[in-house]
Amino acid sequence: MKYYAEIINEKGAIAVDDTILTKDTLSTAGSHILEGYKPLFSAEAVERLEKNGFNISGKTHVGEFGLDLVGEFSYYNKFEDGETLKGAAAELVKSGDVKAALGVDMNGATRRAAALSNVAFLKPTYGTVSRYGVISCAASGEQLGVYGKDADTVAEIMTVIAGNDKKDGTSLFESSYTYDTNADVKNAKVCIVKELLDKADDDVKANIVSYAETLKAQGVEVEEISCDFFEAANTAWQILMCAETCNNVSRYDGVKYGHRSENYRNIDELYVNSRTEGFNFLTKAVILYGSDVLSKTRYNDCYDKALRVRRVVAEKMKELFSKYDAVLTPVCSKSEYKAYDIKDAFTKVFEESVFTAVPNLIGLPALVSCGVQLISKQFDESKLLSLSKIVERKGE
Amino acid sequence: MIMAYELVIGLETHVELNTESKIFCSCGGHSSPKEPNDCVCPACSGMPGMLPVMNKRVVELAATAGLMLNCEINRYTTFDKKNYYYPDLPCAYQITQLNHPICVNGLVKVKTAAGERDIRIKQIHMEEDAGKLVHGGNSSFVDFNRTSVPLIEIVTQPDFRSPEEVVTYLGKLKSMFKSTGISECEEGAMRCDVNISVREEGSEKFGVRTEIKNMASFEAIDRAIRYEAQRHMDALEFGTEELVQETRRFDDVSGKTFAMRNKETEADYRYFPDPNLMPIVIDDEWLEEIKANKPVALDEKAEAYAEAGISDKEIAMLMSEHTVAKLLDDVIALGCNAKDAAAWILTDCAGILRKAGLKLKDLSITAEGLSYLIKKVDEGKLNRGAAKKTLIAVIENGADPIAYCEEQGFTKEIDSSMIEAVIDKAIESNPQAVSDYKAGKEKALMAIFGACMKELKGSGDPGQIRTMLIEKLKN
Repeated sequence: MKYYAEIINEKGAIAVDDTILTKDTLSTAGSHILEGYKPLFSAEAVERLEKNGFNISGKTHVGEFGLDLVGEFSYYNKFEDGETLKGAAAELVKSGDVKAALGVDMNGATRRAAALSNVAFLKPTYGTVSRYGVISCAASGEQLGVYGKDADTVAEIMTVIAGNDKKDGTSLFESSYTYDTNADVKNAKVCIVKELLDKADDDVKANIVSYAETLKAQGVEVEEISCDFFEAANTAWQILMCAETCNNVSRYDGVKYGHRSENYRNIDELYVNSRTEGFNFLTKAVILYGSDVLSKTRYNDCYDKALRVRRVVAEKMKELFSKYDAVLTPVCSKSEYKAYDIKDAFTKVFEESVFTAVPNLIGLPALVSCGVQLISKQFDESKLLSLSKIVERKGE
Repeated sequence: MIMAYELVIGLETHVELNTESKIFCSCGGHSSPKEPNDCVCPACSGMPGMLPVMNKRVVELAATAGLMLNCEINRYTTFDKKNYYYPDLPCAYQITQLNHPICVNGLVKVKTAAGERDIRIKQIHMEEDAGKLVHGGNSSFVDFNRTSVPLIEIVTQPDFRSPEEVVTYLGKLKSMFKSTGISECEEGAMRCDVNISVREEGSEKFGVRTEIKNMASFEAIDRAIRYEAQRHMDALEFGTEELVQETRRFDDVSGKTFAMRNKETEADYRYFPDPNLMPIVIDDEWLEEIKANKPVALDEKAEAYAEAGISDKEIAMLMSEHTVAKLLDDVIALGCNAKDAAAWILTDCAGILRKAGLKLKDLSITAEGLSYLIKKVDEGKLNRGAAKKTLIAVIENGADPIAYCEEQGFTKEIDSSMIEAVIDKAIESNPQAVSDYKAGKEKALMAIFGACMKELKGSGDPGQIRTMLIEKLKN
């Protein structure tokens, strides 16, 4: 498996997804359209790590703009037919070559990759980690997060990168956050959403059940509940995600940097041909879907409705968290995926995102570890990390 | 028979705000850089990974403009993205305000020969400017110096009825913004889209509307409206063509308007709220601060000036430069008479500036310095000639007026016994002039008076000296 799109320092401890900018080194988000792009500055999270003595090992492969399942559709890293799909950063962390890796969680790709490689990934509360230097797609829900072998590693790196950044207008005011992996969770209450569990295959279900058993053995209360809004939440997030992505990638037009078609006679052809050549099929599908939901005739029924669903989901989740400390869900419907045709990608990702969309939609933290996902209310990362640590210990 | 027609015009005016930095990044704002792409950073050139961060000053200036145009300030204001592709727009979207603009429901009074009319302001919103394309040879070049420079767009209701009203309104905006420093209003910093339709006089229904885009000079706007109005009336009266709702551009050379490509008018900009910019909430405290810092609006100021006896022409001159208007206000605040102060600035200072090849805006004297001179002259402790010499030293050599007067001995306290001695000496040494004067040649007085002044080296009150001299000569 090829991990790196670009190696920076072979002895570096932290790998960085290629959707995150690193000064003067290639940062292409897995896309042909950004071929050769070297930014003038590093992402804030990268800067903070370097200031705290962590060296960056290199840029790990990502699927184009992080839009796919786990990183299968990079322009620079192709999977063979029948090959098992894995995320580069997740596998690299699993190999032990690096301590941790940074990834951008926008539509679940990082969380799915962590689940499939059985490492931890924390998508933190929206606004706690600066998005300055993230090759942005869906600004309202993407968050920079951390892959690590366990909860303690994730917590250590999070402590370094989280906190207010004036360069990001969506950054929250707190200058730092603490991530405790030993919080008292003996009396915590966790729920499992039946509707989500039903979407998963037997392997995944069995994993959830065993995870729940381990929690129960430690005194955590686990209940199965019924919740009908995850599908609607996912549809809303796909609408917002596609619209924002369509808008954000519109700057890649062949005029200023990155790929420019050799075949053009005027500005319209320069745009069309550069973008036709530069984006893959999945990105194009997202662009089309995104510009459709923003068009005058569809805006009210699609984009605006999605914004309203976002508010309703936030209310419903708040209600849920008045009774439970965390929601336990699958991350993917299956525990293994094989390479597939990109023409099926849009639907496949859409379907799989039902497990991951809510945290993106309303900015909640979500922790993947041992192949399952725990979601909590905002700023409750310590509870998620501590719950996860109970299960990790059991495995030792 | 030819019908009587009425023109109906609405304006969208873009005004560049005078800020130190651009609207969403820390690049220099309005100050014109010399070379293309001198004033550009990864944010305003549309590089990936950069996020817009709101410039607070833009909000304050936009709200101040709104207060001057009698608008309500929206306490909750948000930004939207407007999508379109053009090489001078690096992100392929413009950040603007669609749903919650910062100011709404304003009113401006416009006075022309036809009378006074209320022009309602529909809204004022904040947005970023685009860059500039430069075409040369076989290539086109993009200059991003102007991208993300802060603008406000002032949208009126269709309340104008003549090109005179439009030009008067624009002139009013220009002097209002320039005199208060909200905008430098330099060449091209104020651009207008004109919406125009024609209807039969007395009709309630609006005619077919056309929009003439992006005009920068008042003269062009005036000509474009006249041409377009005629075109509409010809169409209505003689059926020369069928009017359609469309966007047109004005060609300065031919003096005609031409339809722009339909692509432009039919564009769906796919507006949506910008998730990178949190809604701005203007709370009571902030609004009070903005109100307290609001420069006095032109209308109120002009009224006060007029009451103080300053002429309309002088008021217009004062309003044309916000630094000069501020100097006058400060000098008045320091206790000087408004009319006198205006004369000092617009006659004395302006004259020296003109001779030195400088403009009014180059006037560098401090309010303290100028009020010092004015007061000393008023009190008779400094004569006008000496004051003028001081002004020349200030304007041409950057001298400090107070220090200069002292150095030159202009303000030496002189009692009347000293003056008397000087007068006696002058009479004694100018016997011919004295006898001429006594024989009725009034002009001869000047020679004796001049000798006194020369002896006093410019100090002393000339009026008092003259009176004393005449008294002495009576004997």
